[in-house]
Amino acid sequence: MSDSVIVVDGVSKRFRLYHQRNQSIKAALMRGGRAKYEEFWALKDVSFEVPEGSMFGLMGVNGSGKSTMLNCIAKILRPDKGTIATRGKFSALLELGSGFHPELSGRENIYLNGSILGLSKRELEARFDEIVDFAGVEQFIDQPVKNYSSGMYVRLGFSVAINVDPDVLLVDEVLAVGDAAFQEKCMEKFAEFRRAGKTVVVVSHAMGTMRTLCDRVAWLDAGRLVEVGRPDELIDRYIDEGHVQRGDADGGSRWGSGEGALTSVAFVDAAGAPTTKLRTGDEATIRLTYETRQRIDKPVFGLAIETLEGVYVWASNTRDADYVPDCIEGSGTVEFHIPRLMLLPGTFDISASIVDFSTVHVYDFRRHCYRFDVDHGTPRESGGLVSLGGAWRNLTSGSATADRAVQSLESGS
Amino acid sequence: MSALTQLGDSRELLANLTLREVRGKYKRTALGQVWSLINPLAMMLIYTAVFGQVLRVTIPPGNPSGLHLFALWLVCALLPWNFMSNAMTGGMSSLVGNANLIKKVYFPRQVLVAATVLSWDVTFLTEMGVLTAVLLAFGGMPLPWLPLVVVFMAFLTLFALGLGLALSVANVYFRDTQHLVGIVMQIWFYATPIVYPISYVHKEAVKLHDKGWNIPVEFMYRLNPMERFVEVFRSLMYDNRWPALGDALYCIGAGIVSVVIGYWLFARFEGRMAEEL
Repeated sequence: MSDSVIVVDGVSKRFRLYHQRNQSIKAALMRGGRAKYEEFWALKDVSFEVPEGSMFGLMGVNGSGKSTMLNCIAKILRPDKGTIATRGKFSALLELGSGFHPELSGRENIYLNGSILGLSKRELEARFDEIVDFAGVEQFIDQPVKNYSSGMYVRLGFSVAINVDPDVLLVDEVLAVGDAAFQEKCMEKFAEFRRAGKTVVVVSHAMGTMRTLCDRVAWLDAGRLVEVGRPDELIDRYIDEGHVQRGDADGGSRWGSGEGALTSVAFVDAAGAPTTKLRTGDEATIRLTYETRQRIDKPVFGLAIETLEGVYVWASNTRDADYVPDCIEGSGTVEFHIPRLMLLPGTFDISASIVDFSTVHVYDFRRHCYRFDVDHGTPRESGGLVSLGGAWRNLTSGSATADRAVQSLESGS
Repeated sequence: MSALTQLGDSRELLANLTLREVRGKYKRTALGQVWSLINPLAMMLIYTAVFGQVLRVTIPPGNPSGLHLFALWLVCALLPWNFMSNAMTGGMSSLVGNANLIKKVYFPRQVLVAATVLSWDVTFLTEMGVLTAVLLAFGGMPLPWLPLVVVFMAFLTLFALGLGLALSVANVYFRDTQHLVGIVMQIWFYATPIVYPISYVHKEAVKLHDKGWNIPVEFMYRLNPMERFVEVFRSLMYDNRWPALGDALYCIGAGIVSVVIGYWLFARFEGRMAEEL
């Protein structure tokens, strides 16, 4: 394919996990030759293509092989099977400032690091001011870099790497460096990059960033490629699957004595089918399904909503709402009806529980058991977590003409 | 050889890394680059005291230069030896020492070894310059021979580079290499006619022969490429005459063979380097 800058074809990468590593000849001889090691396939038969001019994301849980993949693309690791064909000049932002010599000055290090990244002396001279300016270290440029603060160090590293002017930029989680102003500068630089028709391959855990930045993402799981596709679809599925894993398997997220158990917690639509996609202002229902092993007197059902960042948005329970039955037995359901969902767009987690009337004894508590997305709806408000459903009014002004304009504004709406 | 063209493509990187080595070596020392002259000077004084004065090693006078001074005779061989020894051991540790770089950035890795060797070449050149001045002061005439000296310095560089490349990858897989090499260098130093003339070996060989031992001692002794290099440098600098043709060819051959084998080994084992470091 001529429009792909990277073609990954059937790549596998094996690591050796040594039990006792032979880093000495003596150890090698004593153990009669080879060290014992286990093979670990960090990548298994992965194939994909990165189209030119795209922002390509690699995602997956820790240990899924995405950084290994990036290292293979950057030619730092060599795959054991398969090939990676690349086109154009590459620059990798794997660890910033890793080529710096602490005793040399910032100026000397720019030349040194630049040439490691493949810039000629003339190119470096032409970009020198831009590099220094971007990193914001003018004052200290002739000081040895060992005297730099860690922020300055990383900024200078980033600045050199990004000014290599590569055709393809490989980025590994380095966006989390520097202060907010510097991060903004980095984002601008990425945008500039894309406008210039260059390709960026990024590895990140920040799903929000991935969703807004990337055109295409590849999802890796345990060294295998799950799928390559559009980020919105894949990231939703990724998050859904993530929540399955976080559920019952994850011991800390569920506890309770077990006399009664919540078998399912879900938003249901008008037809009673579970849904994870809602809109601001929708009528919505959360349905809890329970099963009991014995009669439970005066049970209290509870629900809470949190954002992914853990902000506690809302909670309610049947005791505060004065909706407590004398007892429940066998299995059944209870619903929480929301006439208008006043959450603004975002992703949220539900926690649900059954406790006794004192709310001290927990029968079943399921933390973050259901994840749902809220999309734009009505009312459409600018930002934040909740919609207040309010309206703008009573604009006053000193001039008569402006007053008429205001009246027409109010009558029009 | 693609490895060589790759090295050619990264000339600027090589130059910059060499500068880094040269500048970094004596950074934060009061004397700076002067140290690179003090070290051989100190060694010269020690060896002259021990071998020239105490052990009374007798050396032939320079022919045709007429020089007859143990210290100068010694240094003409000591400087090439020091260069080879430093460049080779420096090249050997260059990969392990730059592990952080190798694991994070891709560039032709042989440049690291080559830069270390070249940084010692800078020291070597300075030392040889000073030596030339001293020889002139004592009545020698090494000037017409300097172009040839530079040629043989280049082949000695190739020789050290080849060994450095091979040992650097070995050192990545087995860190013992550097300690083992430390011992080997000691043996190698005394197995090369630096502090004594080769005529001493000849005498020993004759003695052995008279006792009925038929061992080709001299032949084996002269297999050592450093013996040939030392002879060549001494002919050019101390004696001011053409080196023996056999020695010269042996040096050229040793340089080329070493660098070819070194590259081959390096290319073979560099693949898993980043994960082994």
